[in-house]
Amino acid sequence: MSAPLLEVDDLHIEFRTRGSTVSAVNGLSYTLDEGETLAILGESGSGKSVSAQAVMGILDSPPAHVTKGAVRFRGTDLLGLPEKRRRAYRGARIAMIFQDALSALNPVHRVGDQIAEMLIVHRKMSRGDARKSAVELMDRVRIPSAASRAGDFPHQFSGGMRQRVMIAMALALEPDVLIADEPTTALDVTVQAQIMKLLSELQDEMAMGLILITHDLGVVADVADRIALMYAGRVVEEAGVRDLYARPAHPYAEGLLASVPRIDVRGRALTPIKGAPPNLAAIPAGCPFHPRCPRARDRCSTEVPELRVVSAGADPGAAPAVAGGSAHRSACHYAEEVAGG
Amino acid sequence: MWRYVVRRLLQMVPVLIGTTLLIYLAVFALPGDPIRVLGGDKPMPPAVYNALRHHYHLDEPLIVQYGKYLWGLVHGDFGQTLSGQAVSDVLKTDWSVTARLALTAWIFEMVVGIALGVWAGRRKGGVADTVVLSGTTMVIAIPTFVLAYSAQLLFGLKLGWFPTAGTDDGWPYSYLLPGIVLGSANLAYVARLTRTSLVENFRSDYVRTAVAKGLSRRRVLVRHTLRNSLIPVVTFLGIDLGSLMAGTIVIEGIFNLPGIGGQIFNAIQIKDGPTVVGIATLLVLVYLFANLVVDILYGVLDPRIRYE
Amino acid sequence: MSETTEVAATAQTGAVVSGASASLWSDAWRELCRRVTFWVAVVILFFMGLLAALPSLFTNLGPNGHCDVRQAKQRPASWNPFAAGEHPFGTDSHGCDYWAQMVHGTRAPIVVGFLVTGIALTLAIVLGSLSGYYGRLLDAFLSRVTDIFFGLPLLLGAVVILTAFPSHGMFTESFVLGLLWWPTMTRLMRGQVLSVRDADYVQAARMLGARDLRIMVRHILPNAIAPVFVYAMLNVGVVIGYEATLDYLGVGLQYPTVSWGLQLSQAQEIFTDYPYLLVYPGVFLTATVLSFLLLGDAVRDALDPRLR
Repeated sequence: MSAPLLEVDDLHIEFRTRGSTVSAVNGLSYTLDEGETLAILGESGSGKSVSAQAVMGILDSPPAHVTKGAVRFRGTDLLGLPEKRRRAYRGARIAMIFQDALSALNPVHRVGDQIAEMLIVHRKMSRGDARKSAVELMDRVRIPSAASRAGDFPHQFSGGMRQRVMIAMALALEPDVLIADEPTTALDVTVQAQIMKLLSELQDEMAMGLILITHDLGVVADVADRIALMYAGRVVEEAGVRDLYARPAHPYAEGLLASVPRIDVRGRALTPIKGAPPNLAAIPAGCPFHPRCPRARDRCSTEVPELRVVSAGADPGAAPAVAGGSAHRSACHYAEEVAGG
Repeated sequence: MWRYVVRRLLQMVPVLIGTTLLIYLAVFALPGDPIRVLGGDKPMPPAVYNALRHHYHLDEPLIVQYGKYLWGLVHGDFGQTLSGQAVSDVLKTDWSVTARLALTAWIFEMVVGIALGVWAGRRKGGVADTVVLSGTTMVIAIPTFVLAYSAQLLFGLKLGWFPTAGTDDGWPYSYLLPGIVLGSANLAYVARLTRTSLVENFRSDYVRTAVAKGLSRRRVLVRHTLRNSLIPVVTFLGIDLGSLMAGTIVIEGIFNLPGIGGQIFNAIQIKDGPTVVGIATLLVLVYLFANLVVDILYGVLDPRIRYE
Repeated sequence: MSETTEVAATAQTGAVVSGASASLWSDAWRELCRRVTFWVAVVILFFMGLLAALPSLFTNLGPNGHCDVRQAKQRPASWNPFAAGEHPFGTDSHGCDYWAQMVHGTRAPIVVGFLVTGIALTLAIVLGSLSGYYGRLLDAFLSRVTDIFFGLPLLLGAVVILTAFPSHGMFTESFVLGLLWWPTMTRLMRGQVLSVRDADYVQAARMLGARDLRIMVRHILPNAIAPVFVYAMLNVGVVIGYEATLDYLGVGLQYPTVSWGLQLSQAQEIFTDYPYLLVYPGVFLTATVLSFLLLGDAVRDALDPRLR
């Protein structure tokens, strides 16, 4: 079996400031296949954005340091590459779009030039050709009258249009992996849907792997193939979208689903997850979720649960695996019990 | 754009009037009688005295005097010095010296200041950063005139690298040492401002985007950080011309340069009101125009600014 | 300018976290104590403060005491000021003991530094609050007045106005410098008040029917004043530099007052032959200004959590 498109393996990231060390990511692992959409879900501070930055190689270092682990792109470990070779992957093979396009686009350059820069630097295109391609790209992300708008500055666009510019820029070199870090959080709900639709259409056209980072359960339901749920810097549950929604196998996932309203389960009271997100400078021993877990037992405060396949026995009706060969995994000692009821 | 310029020019008028009025009042409220000073120790016949007073409009209320002065100013008439020379002639001869001095200082602080700031700001907390920060703090702490004498002693007399006084060697050589001294404190501010601005911009989202685009460090610095960082520096450099002009009062005396800085200082000492006000007006004009140019340049550097 | 930007950063942290200000200040204090430069500055300033407050601890001569022209311009026996000898720092051109003069010369610059800061701060708080709170016509008027004072280079204005005054004591000098020192602070204060004025808790107080004065004093001032105060304190050193410059130019303090600037002024013609006359007061002056700058830098860094 050939190497997956992108593989993150046991990634550890620390933030070191004077006098204190914060563990933001603690043994994160996932894989992404071509054409697949993986949603990385988690609340703020769960390490989802930081790990994406590590994959891109744009961590602010210091204070952030990758202390352990690997990021393999088609089998090549990116973290081991010298900066110059790493740069050839950045933007060209793996591209990223950010949450707030207004601050992520350079305010003093025309958007057309910012898109064209990708082609000039990576493809050594002439300025004129690159500009032409930039307009085509803007057309492709459905920016109306792209040719005239290429000469505008970011602040002259609406929020949704700006995010489209961001996407056009990220897709300029037809990357194999696109990481979208909360791409719609800053937008209105109607625009959110448009952007998500655009992203998934473009993904189909270009057959790229898409990593969608979000804290919003609603955003992922329609577009994602698989979900990796992060808590305190590691994956606590990983499953196909339907599987996870139907049969959460980690109390955290269970709690998240119970805390959002669902149209198909009416008349049910919403129950919030009690307690506060973990302090990353002092992650609880054992299962990091145990202080907030309604099902916690003695074992949970001492023994760290491994991420393991949830045995299908608990629910024979559930599909054992989704396309891409990923099983339902959970990092809970009592995953079967959670999934079963 | 042009409407903006015109509006700014109109806004300058009250500021100019206010500033000159302030100086005018201060100068002509000076104790002592300039006519007596003019006459020296010899007693002056009352008729001559009154004629002179009338000639200089000194027998009218201060505000009328000021009005007349302003009226002359509009017509390009800066008035007459007490020795009967046209102030504009004095300005003409001495202006070039001061302009050269200030320009030397300005270019020095701009080029070296920005270079030092970039050198320091590329890596916050690095060796370069520490050197520049402590060096500039030191330079800011030394009063300009102490620095001037020290530089004169060390680089002029002891080492003989630069001429210590006068303009005999012409521009730029004669102006190098005074220019460097005059510009040094502001250079420190330029360097620190560039550095801080650069460090702040390096943290910004769009620089992160630039890195994520796979650009080289150099390109990220030059195309995506430097231009944005220079916006506040440009503002400072514009405002700064005014303080450089005022600094010539100190520097020209020490380095014996025959410019308007030394001229205004002498004029204050001998209570030569018209000269003081004339030169001060000129300095304020330079300052206001520099500000206007900066504001326009600001819009070129930062497209978010619109002139309305 | 650079300070304005940097202080603006402090301003935000200062205003935003006022709810958690106790921990901010105690964090900042702990951060301060860890800095070497902070302690160096504190020690130097404590020493200077002691010289200013109790000169008799350091010399048994009075100001201008026991000056003997026959002993004028005696060079110090060695560059080691602790070496034995009657005049370890030499004597000045009037034959006064240079060390005693330097001790007595400490008080004036430090007093002027704080007086000017106090005057300007008071003006800035009052004018800035009025301008920011009431806005409209009053704001437009005060802003134009601020523009006028901005248009006047500080050194030029100070020299002109000071010459107009018949007496040149510490209070005159402080008054004139204070009169020219407030514009930057006022703009800062105005901006602060503007940013706080429309905050929800102020709106709430207004809806509850609190009067303007009460809103200003109870709700706006406490949240707006911190950055202006920090800026003012940061620049005490700069004021001291200006004070010395005015003394040096001969328009500041006059004999028989003793100050570092006057010492430098007296010796300016003979620095070439007697460099110690430049070096000793120059070092004291620079050390004091530097300490204020270092103190300011340290406080600002400690208050700005982003720099940690």
